[in-house]
Amino acid sequence: MRVYADNAATTAVSDTAVKAMLPCFQEFYGNPSSLHTVGQEAAERLSLARQVFAKRLNCDPSEITFTSGGSEADNQALRSAAAAGAKKNKRHIISTEFEHHAILHTLEQLSKEGFEVTLLPIPKSGVISAEQVRQAIRPDTCLVTVMFANNEIGTIQPIPEIGAICRELGVPFHTDAVQAAGHLPIDVRAMNIDLLSLSAHKFHGPKGVGVLYVRRGAVSLMNVIYGGAQERGKRAGTENIAGIVGASAAFDEICDHLEENAAKVTVLRDRLIDGLTKIPHSILNGEQEHRLPGNVNLCFEGIEGESLLLLLDQKGICASSGSACTSGSLDPSHVLLALGLPHEVAHGSLRLSLSEYNTAEEIDHILAVTPGIVEYLRNISPVWDELETGSLKHVI
Amino acid sequence: MLYSEKVMDHFQNPRNVGKMDDADGVGEVGNAKCGDIMRMYIKVDKDTQTISDVKFNTFGCGSAIATSSMATEMIIGKPVKEALTLSNKAVVEALDGLPTHKLHCSVLAEQAVKAAVKDYYDKNGIAYGDELNICDHECGHCAVE
Repeated sequence: MRVYADNAATTAVSDTAVKAMLPCFQEFYGNPSSLHTVGQEAAERLSLARQVFAKRLNCDPSEITFTSGGSEADNQALRSAAAAGAKKNKRHIISTEFEHHAILHTLEQLSKEGFEVTLLPIPKSGVISAEQVRQAIRPDTCLVTVMFANNEIGTIQPIPEIGAICRELGVPFHTDAVQAAGHLPIDVRAMNIDLLSLSAHKFHGPKGVGVLYVRRGAVSLMNVIYGGAQERGKRAGTENIAGIVGASAAFDEICDHLEENAAKVTVLRDRLIDGLTKIPHSILNGEQEHRLPGNVNLCFEGIEGESLLLLLDQKGICASSGSACTSGSLDPSHVLLALGLPHEVAHGSLRLSLSEYNTAEEIDHILAVTPGIVEYLRNISPVWDELETGSLKHVI
Repeated sequence: MLYSEKVMDHFQNPRNVGKMDDADGVGEVGNAKCGDIMRMYIKVDKDTQTISDVKFNTFGCGSAIATSSMATEMIIGKPVKEALTLSNKAVVEALDGLPTHKLHCSVLAEQAVKAAVKDYYDKNGIAYGDELNICDHECGHCAVE
């Protein structure tokens, strides 16, 4: 049995998206910048796709810019807001410790360029408070960027509340909604969001397509890629028509089924959480209440995540881990460390991320094999031996 | 695949895994903070100065477990002095290679053997040279604090 439980990494492209994309390769293959019929047929599809995102996010089509993905959208959003701030001599940016690296590494670069960055600490719940944002805002703050939902632990941030505070104080507000889009309701007007990034391949669209929403008048977009006049001159390069059309078809479809998908996936998620937290000395990372429907993230004491993933893979289960060994770096996940977990516990993390394509039988399979694998690895582990004999104290 | 068949075999069917209560030498290297710890136990035949039994416990990734397992196989039955010449390179070769970012696991395996022998020498008053001063903290793996 093959169980794909790594939907936070990427998802399978939906039939609807594939069907929408196929004619774009050989029938509507034109360059939307071309004046002739073939080009204009492509331009029309591009325009329709833009309208879908505008309608679903509740904004104007002219406020939608297509990019190569979530990372580019994040980079452009942050660079643009920073440049706009610098013009007014405002060089302070507020974010959180557990953002995606597309945000954190861009902020690191901006701080080298003279911006001051405040990263808000993350409580154990994995949910920051809007009040933390209010306290951090200063007269020279030019941007607040807080992710909609965390990519590792799935916790949902109080975006409407943060949006209201930022609007009240006149600070542009960006949210990286890569994990949330298509899974949680998003209304950029009602939520007072000024800039928002999303990525198509997280909701059954193709890879290589991102969307950047920028509220008109909030921030003037700055190019990250220079060249032709595509995307109102703000993002050069011939548009990825097939990808964009697939992305809009996937988004349209998933937004139609948002509530029913959430209900179904939440049931599967909660069964996994209930079952897996029965394993002794395990803990759910981040609170269960404000959590993406498909996210399960646990730590098991005394074992290391990569070996757990390899053994799950041998049983057909595709998952991920915040262990250092899987990332190629020395430190375990910055998200788990931000939650206050000790290094040695953070190494033993497991993320299972579900979609509406998963079934109850697949959950049964995960629940059937995981406890045995954890036990096997603990029996090999000298850390577990020390925990059990009392020379080391259990942390969880 | 990330790992060779041999690595996967030693990871999934590790040889000589477990504790040894009457070990003559025990060596532990690595750090849980860094994500891997190896503990190696050796039993030495005093008359022949050969390693008659080896056991290990490892906390770590697939390659950490596989390199520990392979290292135990490579020193069991060997004279203690010969075990000291086991190099991380030899362990990697015996496993048909490791990804570059996993090479430090083989260094740990080599060090775990040396640490166990050092412990045996210390307990038995056997003199040894600088070659048993293990872990120079220069492999960069234990950069955490």
